[in-house]
Amino acid sequence: MPAVSKGDGMRGLAVFISDIRNCKSKEAEIKRINKELANIRSKFKGDKALDGYSKKKYVCKLLFIFLLGHDIDFGHMEAVNLLSSNKYTEKQIGYLFISVLVNSNSELIRLINNAIKNDLASRNPTFMCLALHCIANVGSREMAEAFASEVPRVLVAGDTMDSVKQSAALCLLRLYKTSPDLVPMGEWTSRVVHLLNDQHMGVVTAAVSLITCLCKKNPDDFKTCVSLAVSRLSRIVSSASTDLQDYTYYFVPAPWLSVKLLRLLQCYPPPEDAAVKGRLVECLETILNKAQEPPKSKKVQHSNAKNAILFEAISLIIHYDSEPNLLVRACNQLGQFLQHRETNLRYLALESMCTLASSEFSHEAVKTHIETVINALKTERDVSVRQRAADLLYAMCDRTNAKQIVSEMLSYLETADYSIREEIVLKVAILAEKYAVDYSWYVDTILNLIRIAGDYVSEEVWYRVIQIVINRDDVQGYAAKTVFEALQAPACHENMVKVGGYILGEFGNLIAGDPRSSPLVQFNLLHSKFHLCSVATRALLLSTYIKFINLFPETKGTIQEVLRSDSQIRNADVELQQRAVEYLKLSSIASTDVLVRAGGTGGRRLPPGPRAGTGWLRGAGNGARGLSPPGGAGSHLAPGRGLAGWAGWGMGHRPDPSTPSPSADLLGLRAAPPAGSAAPTTAGNLLVDVFSDNTSATSGLAPSTEDNFLSLPVMQPGSCQPQMLGLYIGSEGHRQGLAHLFSPPPPRGRFVCKNNGVLFENQLLQIGVKSEFRQNLGRMYLFYGNKTSVQFQSFTPIVTYPAGAQLNIQTKAVEPLVEGGAQVQQVLNIECLSDFTLAPLLNIKFRYGGTLQNITLKLPVTLNKFFQATEMLSQDFFQRWKQLSQPQQEAQKIFKANHPMDSEVTKAKLLGFGCALLDKVDPNPDNYVGAGIIQTKSLQVGCLLRLEPNAQAQMYRLTLRTSREPVSRHLCGLLAEQF
Amino acid sequence: MRSAGRPGPGSVPGQVERGGPDGTGPAGGGGAMMRFMLLFSRQGKLRLQKWYLATSDKEKKKMVRELMQVVLARKPKMCSFLEWRDLKVVYKRYASLYFCCAIEGQDNELITLELIHRYVELLDKYFGSVCELDIIFNFEKAYFILDEFLMGGEIQDTSKKSVLKAIEQADLLQEEDESPRSVLEEMGLA
Repeated sequence: MPAVSKGDGMRGLAVFISDIRNCKSKEAEIKRINKELANIRSKFKGDKALDGYSKKKYVCKLLFIFLLGHDIDFGHMEAVNLLSSNKYTEKQIGYLFISVLVNSNSELIRLINNAIKNDLASRNPTFMCLALHCIANVGSREMAEAFASEVPRVLVAGDTMDSVKQSAALCLLRLYKTSPDLVPMGEWTSRVVHLLNDQHMGVVTAAVSLITCLCKKNPDDFKTCVSLAVSRLSRIVSSASTDLQDYTYYFVPAPWLSVKLLRLLQCYPPPEDAAVKGRLVECLETILNKAQEPPKSKKVQHSNAKNAILFEAISLIIHYDSEPNLLVRACNQLGQFLQHRETNLRYLALESMCTLASSEFSHEAVKTHIETVINALKTERDVSVRQRAADLLYAMCDRTNAKQIVSEMLSYLETADYSIREEIVLKVAILAEKYAVDYSWYVDTILNLIRIAGDYVSEEVWYRVIQIVINRDDVQGYAAKTVFEALQAPACHENMVKVGGYILGEFGNLIAGDPRSSPLVQFNLLHSKFHLCSVATRALLLSTYIKFINLFPETKGTIQEVLRSDSQIRNADVELQQRAVEYLKLSSIASTDVLVRAGGTGGRRLPPGPRAGTGWLRGAGNGARGLSPPGGAGSHLAPGRGLAGWAGWGMGHRPDPSTPSPSADLLGLRAAPPAGSAAPTTAGNLLVDVFSDNTSATSGLAPSTEDNFLSLPVMQPGSCQPQMLGLYIGSEGHRQGLAHLFSPPPPRGRFVCKNNGVLFENQLLQIGVKSEFRQNLGRMYLFYGNKTSVQFQSFTPIVTYPAGAQLNIQTKAVEPLVEGGAQVQQVLNIECLSDFTLAPLLNIKFRYGGTLQNITLKLPVTLNKFFQATEMLSQDFFQRWKQLSQPQQEAQKIFKANHPMDSEVTKAKLLGFGCALLDKVDPNPDNYVGAGIIQTKSLQVGCLLRLEPNAQAQMYRLTLRTSREPVSRHLCGLLAEQF
Repeated sequence: MRSAGRPGPGSVPGQVERGGPDGTGPAGGGGAMMRFMLLFSRQGKLRLQKWYLATSDKEKKKMVRELMQVVLARKPKMCSFLEWRDLKVVYKRYASLYFCCAIEGQDNELITLELIHRYVELLDKYFGSVCELDIIFNFEKAYFILDEFLMGGEIQDTSKKSVLKAIEQADLLQEEDESPRSVLEEMGLA
């Protein structure tokens, strides 16, 4: 492009722009641009110095190219040069380029700042304004550092022109927003407040913006602005439509300034001064009155400007929330807008009414518009307006209209835009729970939600319905019936299958009496959906099946058949395969009794109190913190708290992290415990706990085949094993708090050979134990120490001994208040009635700082505590040994030493275990032989034991012979763990 | 842009997470301010962009693309406001151009709509029945006028006279500098 002579204006630029516009393709445009860039580059690099005009033109071209969306990496220097030109247009283009293209390039910033400084000092108002604009446009921290103290000076200087004052005020505002710390407060602040009285409306307009921002951080410094703003507002509101000349906009006096003043007032509470307040109320009334007057113009600009002020006034009225009269008037006004032909007004009225609905003064007034709002939800053509209508319905919902609103929302959901379905689903779920009077309505609503918009029903929602059903037995039968019916649909949503699987697994028995929903029908119905479901759902269904085997023994054959099929037991998915294998095994080896506990129905079937759940929670505690059965979360959400957690959702917040989230992994599928040193024992412990709590048949010491089964988790620490068991006992787990999840599980069997020590300790509580036993009686002292400085309230330790009555434990309740730092004592009197394997449980509940803590422990009462040592001679020993030679009388374990094989320690342990150590009985002096009698009220069991260490192999062989098979096995297991 | 038009087409959900009756917080919670203003054509060509909050170029491009798509998809007669990301968008179509402002939660939508109109009036007064081409060929003037009207996202002066006086003064200086040329003449090709 040939150089253009000076007088030609920017024709070169115009030509270039039209060239670009004539380009037929993107490629052509890029080509043209590259040509131009090359040209400009050569001009800038050329030997000949460019004059200001050419620089301006090329810089302007670069700017154009940049605005087309291309990157510009040169020309900054030339632009900076233009800043120091004394020709206005060159300077202006320079500043424009800088404000559009410079973010913070430190090299240039210094040069730019220099130019700005010169212009600020020039006393030429046009140049000063350019400089201020540039500062505001760039608005970087460097700019703030350089000018934050200079700009306030310009703003309040007596001789500053009005136009410069306006720019300075807004420039300062921008700097304050970027770097509030750099803007020094000082005596200028009071002068700024008085700009509200300025003659020049433009200055006032700019100043209000600045003050509104400053007063938020320093409300006291700017307090005087309230009365000034009120009097200014009052003057504007009462002025005739022509008084303000150029500041009247379509017959509305100073709408922008009015809106800004009303905003400023929203930074403060209602004025205390009665006169000021009276004047303000008068203003607000006038604004409300004006809304009723006939329009002065038919132009939309007139009504928009007028209504802009009205909406801002209503915002202020809502902000004060103290003038019932004004609130109701505002509500009526908005009610009129709800049916206005302008979409914009309907939108804003719906939005504004949402906030009115939360004021006690106007809530009822808002409710009167329910039909209009429902109609809006149905008929508005614009989804954003419909969304406002849904918001308003949600906001105005209370107990009186909940059913209507929920049913309208549900029917809207059938046709709702995809973009807002999830939100509507959440709203419906929250309202249904919050205002449920009878829970069958709640269940219906949620199942309808799943039916209509299953994809949008989040896990939280369907977990929640299960929690509620589990916690409310009055609705369980209804839920089972309803979900059974819902599953009849040929195509039902997977979420429905999940809910169905869970609810039928737990409560299917409640409808099993009806031949139309007999156990097999239920099973076949669920299984017909099985193959279409995802892995997670199929895993859930498998668990349902094992529950079915327990609930309905008649289904056992069919279900075992299913579990045994290749598609289950050889499923490619590890989780499914493992479940199938284990459930199959469980169903074939375990007695009904085991299944009752393990099958997850325990929570309902058994008397309240922690049992199976304990072992799991404590055992899996370290590894699987996020793991929580559905009820597990729900239970501490006492109904009230649950709602509080939920209310947050509607606002788009997540539930408070400190509240156990209802979304905690229901199935525990996701939370694999980290493999760690504790994992194997933990997992093993878990299984032992689950099983040993039941019958001796599958106690933790089970030999032979069961060994494999039980040791599975040990072989696979970190597998999903613990979670799976969590599932078996899921519904019982919900009675547990999670507090003890955070304390490490005590090493198993610590108290088998000793009677005193610290039983439990976490950050809050320490429990010490001291005990003594004689014959079949024992006394145990428990010491509960409050480690915090805060009182524990409702402190209730309860001892439970669940299955059977082999132990008789008596105690007194302790004081419900435990002061910070204090210790309380509890005495247990224990009587052993017969031989037993289960340890009694100690459950401690208390409130600490408002949260319920719930801890469950095993009491260190084991069968060996009732040992009475018996001395005997070698020949007596061998004679008795031979008498007890039937296979079931003997229990034997061969195991690896877990501790150094020290004979003194071993002896101490054996003595601690309770038997007598017999010297010179065994021909091998390294072996230990012991004898004793287990004393119970109903019977005495003679015990002989022999421990053979093999130091070389670091192994032991332990043999127990007693007259009772369970006792042999139990004692053998207990003792084997001690070495 | 005489045909001071109706708001433009399109229907895209103003989704963004919405709360229930949550707007009651102390008014003016966020600094009330315009975040950016865009002018673009019906064909999706960006004609002017003004950012009032530091934003990276990448982010700017992404936001422009996204918002243009949203607004262009809306149908006429739809309301001029929509929620987009965490902002409120106020837009209005004048002939072939969309004027689009992003404001913060507490800001007044209607007054923003009229702010757009006032800017159009200023352009119109300055160019004399402004059209898209005026803004293409005199983009720098469009920026200058906007700067006189808005600063840092806040309205500087609402008086048409004051704003135009400032611009005319500048033009006067320009004409002293250079040979007098009217805007139309200068473009030649328009």
